[in-house]
Amino acid sequence: MRTTFKKFLASGNVFIWGCAAGVSVSLLMVFGLLLLIMINGLGYFWVSNIVELTLKDKQHVMGQLAGREVIPRSVTPDRPEGKGRLRVKIGNRDIYGLDFKWVNDDQVVSQAYPTDTVLLERREWGNMYARIKAIYNGETLLVEGNEPGWIALAPLIDTTNALHQQITRIERVEIGSVNADIEQARLKIRALEIGAPASDTSERGQIDSLKAQVAAAESRYQEKTTELERLRAQFNEYSVLMVDANGREKQIPVGQIIRALRPNEMSLLHKSWIYLTNVWSVLSTEPREANTEGGIFPAIFGTVMMVILMSLAVVPFGVLAALYLREYAKQGATVRLVRIAVNNLAGVPSIVFGVFGLGFFIYAVGGTLDTLFFPERLPTPTFGTGGILWASLTLALLTVPVVIVSTEEGLAAVPREFREGSLALGATKLETMLKVVIPSALPGILTGVILAMARAAGEVAPLMLTGVVKLAPALPVDGSWPFFHFDRKFMHLGFHIYDVGFQSPNVEAAKPMVYITTLVLITVVVLLNFTAIVLRNHLRKKYAGAVL
Amino acid sequence: MKELVHPFPPSTQQPSPSQPLNVQRLNVQDGHRPLPDNPPHTQAVKLTLNQVNFFYGDRQALFNIDIEIIKNQVTSFIGPSGCGKSTLLRCLNRLNDLIEGARLEGTMLLDGMDIYGPDVDITDLRKRVGMVFQKSNPFPKSIYENVAYGPRLHGIKNRNQLDQIVEEGIKGAGLWDEVKDRLQTSAFGLSGGQQQRLCIARALAVKPDVLLMDEPCSALDPVATAKIEELLFSLKQDLTVVIVTHNMQQAARVSDWTAFMYLGEIVEFGLTKQIFTTPSKKQTDDYITGRFG
Repeated sequence: MRTTFKKFLASGNVFIWGCAAGVSVSLLMVFGLLLLIMINGLGYFWVSNIVELTLKDKQHVMGQLAGREVIPRSVTPDRPEGKGRLRVKIGNRDIYGLDFKWVNDDQVVSQAYPTDTVLLERREWGNMYARIKAIYNGETLLVEGNEPGWIALAPLIDTTNALHQQITRIERVEIGSVNADIEQARLKIRALEIGAPASDTSERGQIDSLKAQVAAAESRYQEKTTELERLRAQFNEYSVLMVDANGREKQIPVGQIIRALRPNEMSLLHKSWIYLTNVWSVLSTEPREANTEGGIFPAIFGTVMMVILMSLAVVPFGVLAALYLREYAKQGATVRLVRIAVNNLAGVPSIVFGVFGLGFFIYAVGGTLDTLFFPERLPTPTFGTGGILWASLTLALLTVPVVIVSTEEGLAAVPREFREGSLALGATKLETMLKVVIPSALPGILTGVILAMARAAGEVAPLMLTGVVKLAPALPVDGSWPFFHFDRKFMHLGFHIYDVGFQSPNVEAAKPMVYITTLVLITVVVLLNFTAIVLRNHLRKKYAGAVL
Repeated sequence: MKELVHPFPPSTQQPSPSQPLNVQRLNVQDGHRPLPDNPPHTQAVKLTLNQVNFFYGDRQALFNIDIEIIKNQVTSFIGPSGCGKSTLLRCLNRLNDLIEGARLEGTMLLDGMDIYGPDVDITDLRKRVGMVFQKSNPFPKSIYENVAYGPRLHGIKNRNQLDQIVEEGIKGAGLWDEVKDRLQTSAFGLSGGQQQRLCIARALAVKPDVLLMDEPCSALDPVATAKIEELLFSLKQDLTVVIVTHNMQQAARVSDWTAFMYLGEIVEFGLTKQIFTTPSKKQTDDYITGRFG
């Protein structure tokens, strides 16, 4: 008996089972996490039907069902323990104050899905679930009743959406450029005033011409603002009077409405189409309502740009350091010590890098840059404050050990025969490096970059100190010269998760947004890595079979 | 220097540093040729090794190597593993310089120029002394780029000129007919023997005077080996070949001169015919008849 058990142990089957169990647990965790995120996140885009509940006290509740649960540990008689209750998204935040309402099962008398209910997506105050009572043009009544109102509303919303785009363009692009002109002229005046005594006549002339420029720009600004006012008046020209399930009325300017839907009469195909447009609008638009609604485009953009900047910074430094350590430095105690230090650097908490970035990059380097190159803007800092450049460099520091280690491994894997073959042909060491060794080590280098990108895209703590913000007024890349604004603050998906999930005034409404942002962050990381992996595999294939 | 364990039993003659007795001295000028039925007397010495000792750190790998290698002939080094054949070969193009702690004593002359002289440009030396390795080691590039690698390094940029050099190199290695239609494909697509001939082509493309071959056929099948051996006959028209081999039949087939090495010393050096028919040393006889090694 004992010998058979011993034999069984020696056969190694237990070991194989152990390994398999380890792999299974890992896979289960990864896919379980992904599934959880997807279930919670992807449902957000689906427009579910509007339910109208009639309660025992003759009150009505209208909204979208958001969940059902068994009442836990009750302390009050109105929440009987063990009974079910429904969670309804009732919207109409401007009327009720809250987006969600709990309704106990036993209070519900009847449940209906009336086809005439309207869902209004609004620029402010979230969704509205109600019926249309009338549409006004200013004070005059235009149409009355739900059905005629519904028919009349759609073209009005199209007009206001077009107007909204126009207004945004004027605000962003036209007034933005006028502002930039004024700011630049002002800075030039300031620089001249700092630079020389006021008695200099030629400078006086320059300043005067600049001042004339400012005046001209300001008059252009006036024109634009009057145009804006006119558009805004048009924008709010029509209003719609809505009435909720209990007969409470609310008048809303049509300009506030993004989209009006009647989910209960929509076909599955139509709903799928709306689902796709919802996905697209989240990916491509800017956030609204303290980030809890609208899109996450600036955060996606910021994340991708930061990771790319980080890679551009980390690759040359990491590769050069690894080349020196592996190929040029005399192998000995010092090099070993440096290697240990590099490896340990990877274990330093990321917030420490954040503090270092703040102290070194922002205050020391950025502050110096400001005094040297942008004295006219002081005391407003240009580079002396958090920005995407400093955040990227901080993350580059954080990830440089990963690149060094894997580049060294890549270099070590280049067969000695390649080097000798090149040297024997009369190549110098540098030529051998550049033409044979580094190309062969590229897959290893890219592995390092992949790991570095994955790490950098997920870091939040150091960013909070070095330039990430809740809401950035402008992207780091735009149409105004010099197009790339590395000094600008930026939004980041990781920080967005934290901000929306834990800093938001409306946590319940923000919850799906947290899952969506997480899903997008994972997707972005996977896509960035996938690109690098495809590149690496291409290189591997190119250099495959190198060793006999 | 520490006392070295002598490689031979006490019964054999003790070599003296000034005139190692175990080395067949060879001097073209004074006519003390080992055998009368020598190849023509127009032969000139290409490489002269004079009292060469080589050390890996504290360990001495070569002892008092004292030979001359004749131009446009094939000289082979034979001997058991670890006897220093490859080390000696790699001294000739200073590839051992890469090894930390490696040190050489004595002189090595290439056409009268000291290979280890202070003003020698190593890249220039390696251009003159090409090398083919035991494992074929084409670079992870196309066949064309492999052969063009050396000429490009030495500053040839003109496309036509490169094309010509590449073609000459590949033809010189007897590979042209097999690869002329796929010059731009990866060198790794070639068979082992073709890869090795590509490496020879690559070495030929820099137009060396001397070609060192470090067991070039050890990883090849008999057919590929035969092709390379055939190649050696044509190669020695233009250059001097030094080949290290494990395979005594190969040495007998391809070389004009053979040096038998054992434990870092040259036991016997002479015309191949003589070494393989009437060796003057017992170790040589034992080795080539397969009694040891």
